[in-house]
Amino acid sequence: MAEKFVGTPKKATTHVNQNENLIFEKSSPGKKAYRLSELDVPAVDAASLLGDAVRTDLGVMPELSEIEIVRHFTRLSTWNYAIDLGMFPLGSCTMKYNGRVNELVARLEGIAEAHPYQPESLSQGVLEIMKVLSDCLLDICGMDAITLQPAAGAHGEFTGILLARAYHESLGNARKKILIPDSAHGTNPATAAVVGYEVQNLKSNAKGMVDLAELEKLVDEDTAALMLTNPSTIGVFESEIHKIADILHAKGALLYMDGANMNALVGKTRPGDFGVDVMHLNLHKTFSTPHGGGGPGSGPVACKKILEPFLPTPLLVTKSDGKLGLEYNRPQTVGRVRMFYGNFGMFVRALAYILANGPDGLRQTTEDAVLNANYIRAKLEDTFELPYKTRSLHEVVFSDKRQAKNGVKTGDMGKRLIDYGFHAYTVSFPMVVQGAMMIEPTESESREELDLLIDALKQIAREAEENPELVQTAPHTTRVQRLDETTAARKPVLRWKAPVAATPVAVDTAAKEW
Amino acid sequence: MRYLPKSPADRKEMLAEIGVASIDDLFSTIPAEYRLTRDLNVPRQHGEQEVIEHFKAFAEKNATGYASFLGAGAYRHYRPVLIDTVVSRGEFLTSYTPYQPEIAQGTLQALFEFQTMICELTGMEIANASMYDGSTGVAEAVMMAVRVTGRNAAVVAKTVHPEYREVLATYALHQEIPVTALDYTANGRVDLAKLDAAITDDTACVLIQSPNFFGTIEDVAAIAEIAHKKGALLIVAIAEAVSLGIVKPPKEADIVAMEAQAFGVPVGYGGPYCGVIASKEKFLRQMPGRLAGETKDMSGKRGFVLTLSTREQHIRREKATSNICTNQSLVALMVTVFLTVYGKGLKELGEQNLAKAHYAAQTLGKSGKVLFGGAPRFNEFVLDLGKDAETVNASLLTKKIIGGLPLAKWYPELGADASLWCATELNTKAQIDAAATAIAGKA
Repeated sequence: MAEKFVGTPKKATTHVNQNENLIFEKSSPGKKAYRLSELDVPAVDAASLLGDAVRTDLGVMPELSEIEIVRHFTRLSTWNYAIDLGMFPLGSCTMKYNGRVNELVARLEGIAEAHPYQPESLSQGVLEIMKVLSDCLLDICGMDAITLQPAAGAHGEFTGILLARAYHESLGNARKKILIPDSAHGTNPATAAVVGYEVQNLKSNAKGMVDLAELEKLVDEDTAALMLTNPSTIGVFESEIHKIADILHAKGALLYMDGANMNALVGKTRPGDFGVDVMHLNLHKTFSTPHGGGGPGSGPVACKKILEPFLPTPLLVTKSDGKLGLEYNRPQTVGRVRMFYGNFGMFVRALAYILANGPDGLRQTTEDAVLNANYIRAKLEDTFELPYKTRSLHEVVFSDKRQAKNGVKTGDMGKRLIDYGFHAYTVSFPMVVQGAMMIEPTESESREELDLLIDALKQIAREAEENPELVQTAPHTTRVQRLDETTAARKPVLRWKAPVAATPVAVDTAAKEW
Repeated sequence: MRYLPKSPADRKEMLAEIGVASIDDLFSTIPAEYRLTRDLNVPRQHGEQEVIEHFKAFAEKNATGYASFLGAGAYRHYRPVLIDTVVSRGEFLTSYTPYQPEIAQGTLQALFEFQTMICELTGMEIANASMYDGSTGVAEAVMMAVRVTGRNAAVVAKTVHPEYREVLATYALHQEIPVTALDYTANGRVDLAKLDAAITDDTACVLIQSPNFFGTIEDVAAIAEIAHKKGALLIVAIAEAVSLGIVKPPKEADIVAMEAQAFGVPVGYGGPYCGVIASKEKFLRQMPGRLAGETKDMSGKRGFVLTLSTREQHIRREKATSNICTNQSLVALMVTVFLTVYGKGLKELGEQNLAKAHYAAQTLGKSGKVLFGGAPRFNEFVLDLGKDAETVNASLLTKKIIGGLPLAKWYPELGADASLWCATELNTKAQIDAAATAIAGKA
């Protein structure tokens, strides 16, 4: 272990190194992990009921016992890094602690087993969860109306731009283009294209911010909206946001805000107050619903009064008798973006998070997130190049400029961080920074954990000087080393197939070590 | 606040290290006139016990202890305990998208297993690592067919879930994809003669659902033949995934867009669910969403990565195959555990569903008419009770029974008396008999 590090790291791990084949390779005919309840109605003959449509073969579907299944997935789990194991300094992703009470309340019978078509009279509790959450999010955003229907952030962007389009159409002209800064998330331009808009790139100025002169030049009567992330992807608040809004509004264009970075703003300032017309939130970022290895997300869209008529159906309403209900009859709606009402289970968890925090906790959360990012910045700005000096909010973007001289790139240092017991930071994004190292600690990290990260990054910088190869070939402590992504893409193997001949499954050489 | 791991002294010392006097100095880039100077108008801070009590109060205002016969895109099935055992592990629950494969092999291997099982069950060659849900999956599948064929229009069966069709309409409008609705016949299946007439040189795809919204199994092979003859792709949507244990897979389809919720995902008031797209391998480059692929590491050991990301938005931006970013990883894991627990036993589970629905149709049908009897069905059927379905349901509620879904809203031609009933392995004979008795007296 010791020779794998140049110095003496305060934190390092060896990842559990256990072999576990694919579930299909562990299967044997005749094993079972279930027993159905006894059938209390007459049995039927599937072949006679279904005729030609009956299925006779389930191919490679596995056959195992319960203990084997528990071990299989438990072993797989040990190969994952997770917030429960340590920090994810992933910029733009807001990997914060996921409170466990959220999981408990989401599994209460009246909530988890509520059928989406059960009568409204028997759904007042679930509708109330949506109502209370909506009201909270509206006050947090400073907006007038909201839909919880979008299933994720990018889906929220889609919904928000649909609203913008419907609004312009109602005025007689859908307009042609969406302006998107070069620092934006890739989902922004992809969304604009899906809604049928041309994308016009907006160059950032020398400070990495929106260039007002450039904006003024580009905004015209064909501009539907500007999609802006604020704070920007370099973690800096657009201080001239009101001027940006004014320039757009003067030409009848709208200001869309990508709410990916709301963790820097909650309780401190409100997008609705600084000129935003429509925005999405990521409940899986700001409001602590678990990332779960890549989803589910949830992307509510909040907007100003002028866009309310166009919100997707159904819309949650309070009826004249004080009961909550779902309103379907909305002539100007953009339609549905998802069946039912959205990722309801995420609403439950987000509301549990808000209740656990309260107004004081939410504000303190934002302050701690910003404090943590600035602490990392202060401790590392002598070690790494800081391309933009403007005051950071919840994340800080360094670059690999100094280390790249020795051939060590941002991606290498990100991989090396894994050996020190952390997830990588966000690598090579935003694209406006060459060799970007984007670090967002969130509020969930103690000073001790931050110090460990700072120590690790300083040691990696030293390694980049003294033993660049060590960093370039990292990670060295994980169950698998760097994987061949090129072959994976050139000759895609996307499913397991039973071996044709009786070739033995490749034996994992690491097995010999223990 | 109990989630925040800092003492007041930590905060003070950290501010000093940063070199600022107060936390507000860190927010100085926000213009003063936009800083919020009041508390947010959200409920006060709650203790953990209070949070639970709060949600118990919400839960009690919903239906509990009712016998339910609702399906229609959200299916009640028994969820083996192992599902929550596995997805509650912090290593899965609190992990990130597996962009760093060296420390995400657990998620990646599970997704690879998911993709394999979806291929096996649907009869397709490739499957993605999940989509938001069935409805958006259908919309993405239609856009995929447009890219594959270079044609522009879609023919969509009216027997596809109405909310799937509504979501498709939203997407299609802005993609300028004209959608033609396709009628059903007296046996509740796609009208093959009308299908033939509806397909033009511009038709990129025919979209059907099987088992369809009425629970009826479509003649996939016949529909495929008609579509293919005219150069259109066939997309088969599947809403009730458990049917795949006993119903022949839609092998003749080019793309399958399914909702895997029935495989162990709570109905949970409509989400999160687990959409997935599967297709023939030749359409791989047009597949939206994440894909897990097998590869080797530097020492030759098998491992898995997210692959073919050059299709995706973070690389291709406005030229991407879709704007989709996330998948439903944790829900796909629920599905994978469910499918592992049942494995080949999906057949037995499918048979139980067939038996329950058959018994329910026979028993409840005595008080009315089961529509579309001429074709095979899985676990749903349309019942015409000769009395307004809403009225019948209202009186069933007094007996703690939630009846079938009234269909007049979407299918006015079926009249106000028609409703869609679903019986799964969770519906006991006693529940079915009680519903039948209540209905016999017209509830």
